[in-house]
Amino acid sequence: MADLRCDLAGIRSPNPFWLASAPPTDKAYNVRRAFAAGWGGVVWKTLGEDPPVVNLSSRYGAIGFEGRRMAGLNNIELISDRPLATNLAEIKEVKRDFPDRALVVSLMVPCVEESWKAILPLVEETGADGVELNFGCPHGMSERNMGAAVGQVPEYVEMVTRWVKAGTRMPVIVKLTPNVTSILPPAHAALAGGADAVSLINTIQSVIGVDLDRMAPEPVVDGMGTHGGYCGPAVKPVALRMVGEIARDPELSGLPVSGIGGISTWRDAAEFLAMGATSLQVCTAAMHHGFRIVEDMISGLSNWMDGKGYARIADVTGRAVPNFVPWNRLNMNFHTLAHIDQERCIGCGLCYIACEDTSHQAIAALRIDGARRYEVIEAECVGCNLCAHVCPVPDCIEMRPQPVDGVLTWPDHPANPRRRESERAG
Amino acid sequence: MTERIACARLESETLRHNFSDIHPPLSAPQAVIEAERCLRCHDAPCIEACPTGIDIPAFINRIATGDVKGAASAILSSNILGGSCARVCPTEILCEGVCVRVTLGEPAVEIAALQRHATDWQMAHGPAFTRAAATGKRVAVIGTGPAGLACAHRLALLGHEVTLFEKAARPGGLNEYGIAAYKLVDDFARREIDFVLAIGGITLHTGMALGKDMSLEDLREAFDAVFLGLGLSGVRALGLPGETLPHVRDAVAFIAELRQATDLGEIAVGRRVVVIGGGNTAIDAAVQCRKLGAEEVTLVYRRGPESMSATRDEQDFALRNGVVIRHNARPQHFEGGPGGVTAAVFLRADGETLTLPADLVLKAVGQLYEDGPPALETGSGRIWTDGFGRTSLPRVYAGGDCVGGQELTVAAVAMGRDAAMTIHRDLEEPRHG
Repeated sequence: MADLRCDLAGIRSPNPFWLASAPPTDKAYNVRRAFAAGWGGVVWKTLGEDPPVVNLSSRYGAIGFEGRRMAGLNNIELISDRPLATNLAEIKEVKRDFPDRALVVSLMVPCVEESWKAILPLVEETGADGVELNFGCPHGMSERNMGAAVGQVPEYVEMVTRWVKAGTRMPVIVKLTPNVTSILPPAHAALAGGADAVSLINTIQSVIGVDLDRMAPEPVVDGMGTHGGYCGPAVKPVALRMVGEIARDPELSGLPVSGIGGISTWRDAAEFLAMGATSLQVCTAAMHHGFRIVEDMISGLSNWMDGKGYARIADVTGRAVPNFVPWNRLNMNFHTLAHIDQERCIGCGLCYIACEDTSHQAIAALRIDGARRYEVIEAECVGCNLCAHVCPVPDCIEMRPQPVDGVLTWPDHPANPRRRESERAG
Repeated sequence: MTERIACARLESETLRHNFSDIHPPLSAPQAVIEAERCLRCHDAPCIEACPTGIDIPAFINRIATGDVKGAASAILSSNILGGSCARVCPTEILCEGVCVRVTLGEPAVEIAALQRHATDWQMAHGPAFTRAAATGKRVAVIGTGPAGLACAHRLALLGHEVTLFEKAARPGGLNEYGIAAYKLVDDFARREIDFVLAIGGITLHTGMALGKDMSLEDLREAFDAVFLGLGLSGVRALGLPGETLPHVRDAVAFIAELRQATDLGEIAVGRRVVVIGGGNTAIDAAVQCRKLGAEEVTLVYRRGPESMSATRDEQDFALRNGVVIRHNARPQHFEGGPGGVTAAVFLRADGETLTLPADLVLKAVGQLYEDGPPALETGSGRIWTDGFGRTSLPRVYAGGDCVGGQELTVAAVAMGRDAAMTIHRDLEEPRHG
């Protein structure tokens, strides 16, 4: 069986599955249940300065998709609303009782050095394994110049990270906000400030929906709504891209990453690992199904690794990164063609109408003795995959790669008016 | 000894349970979940399989997205009797039978249940459509079965003035008199007629029979057009010895009596019942006998199960309800005396004689077109039409079972609706007399 032990910048856990800083890690009661269920680590819900913040009633909005609930979740909850001392005492007890688990403490205090210097020794005293700097919370706290208000300014990220590194011996993880045009500047800033690792993504600014009766954004608080932070399975593609961009950056490639963003299954977990993550943080899936889902994630990841011959997490981490390239590096000589397995086809015609109305008119709708038959017109097929995506039958439409004659990228392509001079000369 | 023929064989509470809805309605959340199973096929096979051509993927998508009113419009614009069709259609050989989910190895989308969900909503909220401006044209519609109602509604919708004649005491035709009670519970047939007539512009006269209370010539004089939705008024006889013995009855009459009863405990049924026939009427009669408390009900059909016009689902339904089905046995004669039939005798395909003791024999061997206006040309024993609903007489149209076709409620609706469109066109541009 694969060795799932995880080591993120010296923070060790028996498996890579951590609960992210969020309501599930708000207090000892939940965290003890999580550890009992098998979670490898938790990032305790963000601590701030006393007096604690006050949270609202009505906190979450959600969207489902075709019968599946909570494909996306947004929240307007702030950081921990419990006294600092209460949290610290509980953290200390839980860490004492679960010494083999990773217990990281999320922090968010005002952007002044004294505030950070004051809180770090208190956390260190609990025996926690590390701290995570919450530079990501995109709602509420950012209106108080904390959270994403810091994370969106690389100079602040570097500055605060430096203060924290100077103020503690604990490993420091910087949690990045996705609410930026490029994830690279804040990641570089974290590295420059001395961060031991980064975690991403925090939630995405969002209005999850509008209540059309009350005419207010959801969740509605006494007739009004505000933007929240979006998470859950729907944000996974955004997160994978940002994790991958950091992992493939030459300067950042050595910076350990804790991957976050819609991880719900072992497969999601494996994809984050492949794109460069070392540990994995989960929240929405646990909020949807409870802590026991970690058993399925551990089982699935372990079985998949065994099947592939990957012995340890490090064997998977970053494995897809060399293949994650800019568009300009893709081979334009490559061609793939749709192929419909007529034995499996149920005749729904979804491939036909998708191609006919919105793609390249490369599928013919035929009637053979009254029976519907859909056939690919290979000469028209550009290999876009749309038909395979709309087809409801597993393995019915296969995209078949055609033999490739060498590599030709856009910088060298004859149709590119700015193609490389060397090629033009040749 | 137990009475051979008796009423109230079961407690009234048991009867009520036995005759309750065989397919209870979907709740709103169930409807959304089921609607989301629809793949929304291009060129959907279900539309093609529906005689009225309802845009099924469209109405289902409207349910899935919370637009139940829009769903009802999509159904009722093609089929104003979408409510009863949702209950009585043999969907396993129509829309649901060709659902691509079945090809995928899954149960079909429950189209009928979804259609009921939407049409029930509309019926609770009043008419779905408003009439076009009055045209001043007057049309007589004879018969209030599915064909007549569909024709009358479409004509009224288009602005024509409709006078609807029914020979029976109540309107509805087969829906009122001929369908098993548990398929149209809670007075559904009557509520649906109220819903159809609520569009306005339709005047109903019951107890008015063509050829008795009025002639076709009178109607042609008085109206701009006449539509005949006469149905099948005759029943086929077996012509066998003993057929006139007491308690050898037509299944159609038995079902009509049951449907009109205010108290099911007043319907007399035998302890041992033999039903002869292989269609849905035979199934409906047999199952209702069981539900009334008959101890043994045997349905006897002269050929094999594959030849029965009752669908496989209907046959299974009968078996689940304790009906014994005997195949490949032809009726020969009936035994009994002045007190009534005592046995039905059949000749089996292997030449052996099969004698089934019986207190009640119900014949369901087919209905006939009878007593229609002699002036009309017929073909294959039914009224001849040109494929657009026009008969051999100018300004006289016909549809439904009196014309022929699939002999399904939904097919009759399609014929009535389409004849109305022909009438509408002919009234606009006279070309047919």
